[in-house]
Amino acid sequence: MATNDAYITGVGQSEIGVKLTRHPLLLTLDAVREALREAGLSIEQIDGVSTYPGRMQGYLGFSPVGTDELIDALGIRATWYAGGGEITSQLGAVVAAAAAVRAGLARHVICFRTVYEAAALARPEEYPPLKRDKVDGNSQWLAPFNAISAANWTAQYAMRHVKRYGLTREQLAQVAITDRVNAALNPRALMREPITLDEYLSARMISSPLCLYDCDRFTDASTVLIVSAGSAIDEVKCTPVRIAAMAGTVERHSWDQPEWMACYPTGADLWKRTDYKPADVDTVQLYDGFSFYVITWLEALGFCDVGDGGRFIESGKRIALDGELPLNTFGGQIGAGRLHGFGFAHEAVVQLRGNGGARQIKGDPRVAVCTSGGGPLATALLLARD
Amino acid sequence: MSAPRPQPRLDADNRSFWTGGADGELRLMRCRDCAAFIHPPRPICRKCLSENVAPEAVAGTGMIDTFTINYQKWHPALDVPYVIARVAIDGAPGVFLTTNIVGCPVDEVDIGDRVRVKFEQQGEIYYPLFEKIV
Repeated sequence: MATNDAYITGVGQSEIGVKLTRHPLLLTLDAVREALREAGLSIEQIDGVSTYPGRMQGYLGFSPVGTDELIDALGIRATWYAGGGEITSQLGAVVAAAAAVRAGLARHVICFRTVYEAAALARPEEYPPLKRDKVDGNSQWLAPFNAISAANWTAQYAMRHVKRYGLTREQLAQVAITDRVNAALNPRALMREPITLDEYLSARMISSPLCLYDCDRFTDASTVLIVSAGSAIDEVKCTPVRIAAMAGTVERHSWDQPEWMACYPTGADLWKRTDYKPADVDTVQLYDGFSFYVITWLEALGFCDVGDGGRFIESGKRIALDGELPLNTFGGQIGAGRLHGFGFAHEAVVQLRGNGGARQIKGDPRVAVCTSGGGPLATALLLARD
Repeated sequence: MSAPRPQPRLDADNRSFWTGGADGELRLMRCRDCAAFIHPPRPICRKCLSENVAPEAVAGTGMIDTFTINYQKWHPALDVPYVIARVAIDGAPGVFLTTNIVGCPVDEVDIGDRVRVKFEQQGEIYYPLFEKIV
């Protein structure tokens, strides 16, 4: 093992729920405990913390726990930490941690993402919704036209695929259908009932061509990944998973000026930084805050040509658990809940360690891609069990 | 009468864009050195880094690059459905505006449609909406 590599060691997750009453810091602790136990590490060995997007005082449901609070609450002595939203998307926090351990700034970094959006809706006095008299920054170019939700912004990119490349609703449906089938095999997943193509096609439209089943839903949960330095890997008890390549690209942080979503240059960059090829990948865990992102990530990562993402998943067979490229085996965000990016890296590690239980893919998976982000944000990680 | 729209906070950078409709003009920031348009408006040209930038009226026509029909009532006062579109602005290469297409049934909008600006005033803000050129 190269000592200058970064590895994901322990991974952990709290329960995934809606309108949970357990304190978000305690949900985070649940995930931390599980990750430490798997890694065989104690909290005293943790010397770094990384998160996205950090505690958001004006919108606590979106991010109720920041690095400052977690470090203090768990008595961590950190030699490096970072948390913020101005990064290449959720898994950018893992990229930062990997860079930090490779630079010798820390040995074992807790990377976490805690979400409390459903609980916040139920308890607005404790967790007030985002309030603003006027809009500014990027929002001012969208909200004044009642382009309020990321569903609207994403739908416009999806509509272009419909019109330009012939993407159909039947093709798009395979993401949600596959997610739900897999979620049924994941004891922690939120949406465990399968849906049929007919149910999908008759679902109410949110923002055409995206219907209700194309969207993830607000969730309360915490996910933790421990990133460890190669030089400290002997301290770890579990099978380490190497971060073989990382990419995250932004040209313009805007939902309407760029021609392409940021996943496209990000996917291309990933393969420039490794000898692995798309054909080596045993499973993909691709961000599906909206189903359409899966189409774009498959294209961006070179599993098919640009414009062919819909046809690539057409029957659903290829991306099924027993298919040639199993997708979102934990249910994705559409099936498992809106874990916001970290669930994809968590599941990639679970699968590469053979810990998937009823949802474990067959064979001996060694290489996985996981991603986060949509629109102007994108991060891709290539993970390998060497 | 339309429901109140979210209001942009006016500042030195965006004022010309949001108030140009008072004179019937769609104004975009432009570099006086290299002639590139700068949107969102900022006091610097993103092509040549010049600070010699100023708002300039464009024709106010364009083409629908993509769109969506929104059906979801994101808040109770919202009238649905409505069309959100990304419009490529004539004469300003590389500039796209997110906007609403008004004045026609929502299912009569398509990519490639030619559109013209139609301002909707609410307070001091002139929202640049677009309607199809027939």
